[in-house]
Amino acid sequence: MENQTVEIFRIQFVAIAVSAGMMAFVFELIRRKKLREKYSLIWFAAGIVMIVLSVWRDLLDRVAFLLGVGYAPALLFMVALGFGALLMIHFSVVISELTEKNKTLAQEIALLKQELKKNKNS
Amino acid sequence: MAKLLIIIPAFNEEENIIRVIERVRNAATQLPADASMDIVVINDGSTDRTKEAAEKTGVTVLDLPYNVGIGATVQTGFKYAAENHYDVAVQIDGDGQHDPQFLPGLIAPVLDGKADMVIGSRFLDNRGFQSTFMRRLGIRIFYAVNSLIIRQKITDNTSGFRAYSANAIHLLADEYPSDYPEPESVIILGLRKFRIHEIPVVMKEREGGRSSITLFRSLYYMVKVLLAIFINIFKKQ
Repeated sequence: MENQTVEIFRIQFVAIAVSAGMMAFVFELIRRKKLREKYSLIWFAAGIVMIVLSVWRDLLDRVAFLLGVGYAPALLFMVALGFGALLMIHFSVVISELTEKNKTLAQEIALLKQELKKNKNS
Repeated sequence: MAKLLIIIPAFNEEENIIRVIERVRNAATQLPADASMDIVVINDGSTDRTKEAAEKTGVTVLDLPYNVGIGATVQTGFKYAAENHYDVAVQIDGDGQHDPQFLPGLIAPVLDGKADMVIGSRFLDNRGFQSTFMRRLGIRIFYAVNSLIIRQKITDNTSGFRAYSANAIHLLADEYPSDYPEPESVIILGLRKFRIHEIPVVMKEREGGRSSITLFRSLYYMVKVLLAIFINIFKKQ
């Protein structure tokens, strides 16, 4: 019985450490200007949710019961996967934005190059 | 005096581009006396000497810094036309498929103020190069879908041989699909109640170089364009 308690405590500790480590890493990336604050929010949100679920084990059990998930840790995977999917959609949006801006930029360059050449010749 | 701009998008067309420009210039003699014509070639990041070949003929060349695709290339032409206040813009492909002898007929409805977009259609008279069986199947699907959505028969939605009015130029300078733009732009204009006409033209098989649409990409083409058309119905007009 005592052994089991220790093991539960251990996995909790690992989960908290990994989540906190991830958040620290994201924080460090922002500090070094490798990551924009705008794109870090979703990472912090994921980290906080994982820490809350790790610390407050009872919450996970209760939500799992509410949703009808028989095996509570499966809910943890579901939440993690959900965040993963959300992040990827977020990236698709960002990439689409960049593509659109990149296109406009290329068009402007073509128009400006022609303008410049015309002015040089005249 | 109506100002007419011929937009020729070109990607690796060094074999065709000079001939296309010459033919357009020959066709210019058939235009109404009160119309002036300029030609702009838009080089879509070609890896061959398309840009140099076009420049040799003395036409205006817009040189995109890298390959951006046919839609963004043609849109560059619309932006140029809008900035320089052209009354009519005609898109002619740089591969020699479109015969400039149809130019006067193509721009006539726009000059008369009767149409905002005139499509040169292969299928009104069914003469000339009619494309392969698989492509004709795709074209029939666009015919059915687009005609239903805008409630007007459009026989050749994939034709890139088109004339546009100043109003259409200004809209398309702001909003034009990036890849495979032809069928979708019919919807964009049609849903906004722009007047669309079709005139019969005869198209040739390309003379040199290579088509941008391989058989392999055809399925992706159909799915992507139909999705884009579908989404357009739900966009705010």
